[in-house]
Amino acid sequence: MADVRLRAVNKRFGSVQVINAVDLDVGEGEFCVFVGPSGCGKSTLLRIVAGLEDVSSGTLAIGGRDVTRLPPSARGVAMVFQSYALYPHMTVYDNMAFGLTLAKTDTQDIDARVRKAAEILSLTPLLGRLPKALSGGQRQRVAIGRAIVRKPGVFLFDEPLSNLDAALRVQTRIEIAKLHASLGASMIYVTHDQVEAMTLADKIVLLNSGEAMTRDGSVAQVGKPLDLYHRPANLFVAGFIGSPRMNILKGVVAAASGERAEVAFRDGSRAAARVDAGAATIGDAVFLGIRPEHVAIGTGEGVAGTASHVEHLGEASYVYLESPALDGLLTVRQAGDTPARAGETLAVTLPPQHCHLFDAAGRAFPRHMEPGAHTTRSLITAMT
Amino acid sequence: MTKLLQRAGLYGLAAIITVYSLFPFYYAIVSSTKTGSALFRADLLPRLNLGNYAAVLSQGVFLRNILNSVVVAVAVVAVSLFIGLTASYALGRVTFRGRKLLLLSILGISMFPQVAVLSGLFELIRALGLYDSLPGLMLAYLIFTLPFTVWVLTTFMRDLPKELEEAAIMDGATPWVIVRKVFMPLLWPALVTTGLLAFIGAWNEFLYALTFTLSPEKRTVPVAIALLSGSSQFELPWGPIMAASVVVTVPVVGLVLIFQRRIVSGLTAGAVKG
Amino acid sequence: MSTSSPTAPLATAANDRAVPLSLSRVRSAWLFVTPMLIVMVLVAGWPLARTLWFSLTDADLKDLGAAKFIGLDNYVGPYSVTTDPDWWRAVFNTLRFAVVSVAIETVLGMVVALVLDADFPGRSIVRAAVLVPWAIPTIVSAKMWAWMMNDQFGVLNRVLMALHVVGHPLAWTANPSLAMPSVIMVDVWKTTPFMALLILAALQMLPKDCYEAARVDGVSPVKVFFRVTLPLIRPALMVAVIFRLLDALRIFDLIYVLTSSSKDTMSMSVYARQQLVDFQQVGLGSAASTLLFLMVALCTALYITLGRVNFDGDAR
Repeated sequence: MADVRLRAVNKRFGSVQVINAVDLDVGEGEFCVFVGPSGCGKSTLLRIVAGLEDVSSGTLAIGGRDVTRLPPSARGVAMVFQSYALYPHMTVYDNMAFGLTLAKTDTQDIDARVRKAAEILSLTPLLGRLPKALSGGQRQRVAIGRAIVRKPGVFLFDEPLSNLDAALRVQTRIEIAKLHASLGASMIYVTHDQVEAMTLADKIVLLNSGEAMTRDGSVAQVGKPLDLYHRPANLFVAGFIGSPRMNILKGVVAAASGERAEVAFRDGSRAAARVDAGAATIGDAVFLGIRPEHVAIGTGEGVAGTASHVEHLGEASYVYLESPALDGLLTVRQAGDTPARAGETLAVTLPPQHCHLFDAAGRAFPRHMEPGAHTTRSLITAMT
Repeated sequence: MTKLLQRAGLYGLAAIITVYSLFPFYYAIVSSTKTGSALFRADLLPRLNLGNYAAVLSQGVFLRNILNSVVVAVAVVAVSLFIGLTASYALGRVTFRGRKLLLLSILGISMFPQVAVLSGLFELIRALGLYDSLPGLMLAYLIFTLPFTVWVLTTFMRDLPKELEEAAIMDGATPWVIVRKVFMPLLWPALVTTGLLAFIGAWNEFLYALTFTLSPEKRTVPVAIALLSGSSQFELPWGPIMAASVVVTVPVVGLVLIFQRRIVSGLTAGAVKG
Repeated sequence: MSTSSPTAPLATAANDRAVPLSLSRVRSAWLFVTPMLIVMVLVAGWPLARTLWFSLTDADLKDLGAAKFIGLDNYVGPYSVTTDPDWWRAVFNTLRFAVVSVAIETVLGMVVALVLDADFPGRSIVRAAVLVPWAIPTIVSAKMWAWMMNDQFGVLNRVLMALHVVGHPLAWTANPSLAMPSVIMVDVWKTTPFMALLILAALQMLPKDCYEAARVDGVSPVKVFFRVTLPLIRPALMVAVIFRLLDALRIFDLIYVLTSSSKDTMSMSVYARQQLVDFQQVGLGSAASTLLFLMVALCTALYITLGRVNFDGDAR
């Protein structure tokens, strides 16, 4: 296993910049996920690590060696492609052995490595088959096997689950996590699905696109999944991580201190957030954020309005609240069934310890979180 | 009622087209089985008379001419496919400066009128000592088989999936290995098609074969048939000519019928898709 | 926890160069293209240049080395190609042949393509039959038709007389006014399959829903053809027509074998070769060849721009 270091990496296609000022470390044995909306350059960044794209400027080091100008096969990496890219005319065995054969590895060694990988991935009965005789999930495992036999320092995955159907996706996701645990290898994984990111990653790299990328650089935030969940650095991160999306409520600062801030909404109702708002002044325009799963139904510090719409999913219910305090609908998630009915007047509380505050530019104020906020219980309710 | 009329019209048209397409060849076969004065009679059924065939195949160098055509066509096609395969990889899959210009020139060259290079080629072939020889013809034929092969193979190369190539690159394959071990197995239908079309083109070629060979035993089949002469200056031996024609045509027609689908797709790839 | 030892990358040939991927690919590309380039320069570039050179000299086939530079005399001088009425005859013949031939082939090809596009039992037989004329070598076609058009024993004359279309046998290839039509007749027979295939390919790429909508609306098939089909395949049709025209301008084999060097049907290619080989006038012959080449080059430029031929297209 090897670590990966990107320093000041930029990438332009012609005059269009797609990657801006990326500084990133992936530790040895770490599972790092690149995630972001389409056009953020996550696949391009992966291909830069792979060596399929050159950097326009910046350096890349793998395992302590500068590989910026080395071809892919010299970098000690292996890639699993979105469409698997298996050689159609070769058997599963030959597919996996191809790279090793080209490197003139000793045949006994090749055989041992291929069989070992096949065993790990439950592919041994399929070794003699051609790719067209395999199911999607099996092909994907062969693609992974092809990577394993190379004993790379870093595994690279390019949206490996997007071609699978929903049920298979969950199953394969678990298999990949288990693979990482057993191999202990460094892995870089690209996906647009934040659920995959949250469940698989040791570290998430959320990438900006468009204007935000040009202005602030490609990396929106780097951190552990729950860090991004509990402490999003800005509105973009807050909106991307977590499903359904965090509610963002527009308001003005009514009171601010290093311990908490009070926000007034347009109809006068108020809410508070446990943040360090020392830098804020009264009257500043701010955004209050609160996740649907943290909004509680009941009177107290919060807003009131009418339930415009209620959705019942069995495991949870979603109540959409219309309120004079707010511009849009407030989404409230309730575990199980809810007695709330559409058209009903409703009041909800916005517990300060669960509220986020963002300034007018979208930057987050640091939150004071209670110790134990990462308890198992809140973990379970937090994950959808 | 109109439906029925339409159907009848369709079948009628199909029948006319079929007869129109096949009759001349059929008639050639019929004529090839008639000797002497039988030729001058009107009947449309072939006889069991292979006299003309015997005459054509045993007399002179016709068999030799067939061999010449085969040798030249096969050699030219083999060389064209080999050079074309590597060139088409570069032209179809790698972006490099000058690629457009190269593709433009290839298309341009395939549009050359054959006479346009006749004097220059003649000088070259004579200078290389290849006049009246099969290698001389092989050299000349490259002028149209190679551009055609490159053009069609480039179209096929372009369509191969990029991720497959990238997987091979990750595996440490050089471009030559990629062409040989990853793409060629996928391309062999295209190679067969292109090879066949190029073969037919080389087999049919007349102008260069006429101009660059002299002795009867160096001729290829088209020239041999065109110059087939009879015992007197004014009498054309139609019977043997038809027999020779049939001998030469049956294998080509057979090949084309067997590989119909491939040939059709190859033709349209080369011409229309561009 | 990891049982694998890391990072030493596999020792493949690709690793030996510490060169980034894009650069090594470009180098390989040039390496791959070089054999083709060499052959093309040798077989096409150089001879073309020499022909051009010869056209500016008084070269004679008997002794090419003694050629002297005479400027544009072969083109515009008193004894040049453009002052030779046979040349203009040849130009006229070629143009007439090309236009008439391609027009007929397009119409007939369209008919055949429409028939082949329709679904009926026996369609594959028709399609195979249609390929036969294309497969037959040109020389053989010429001989077969020459035999059928034979003035004394040809089956064509016999049928026409039996149908009382003509009163006496026609000398198809010998008669000056019938010679070009004969050539056109054979070329149409031989090349219509090619046009039909191209048009069929275009037809089969059309979306079927237009037709179904038209059928539901009860529009007559003729109207559907002219109002829907034709406009939709027009671009592909244009490309095919120009492609064929280019081909037709270069015609040699058919005319030479059917009518030899008769002035009534001589095409520009036949003229050029006659000058070169029969009259040994390499200078004049080369000039004629060059003029033909320029004409074809112009049409090729047309083809490339109108057909929007795809020169880009990286691998998808």
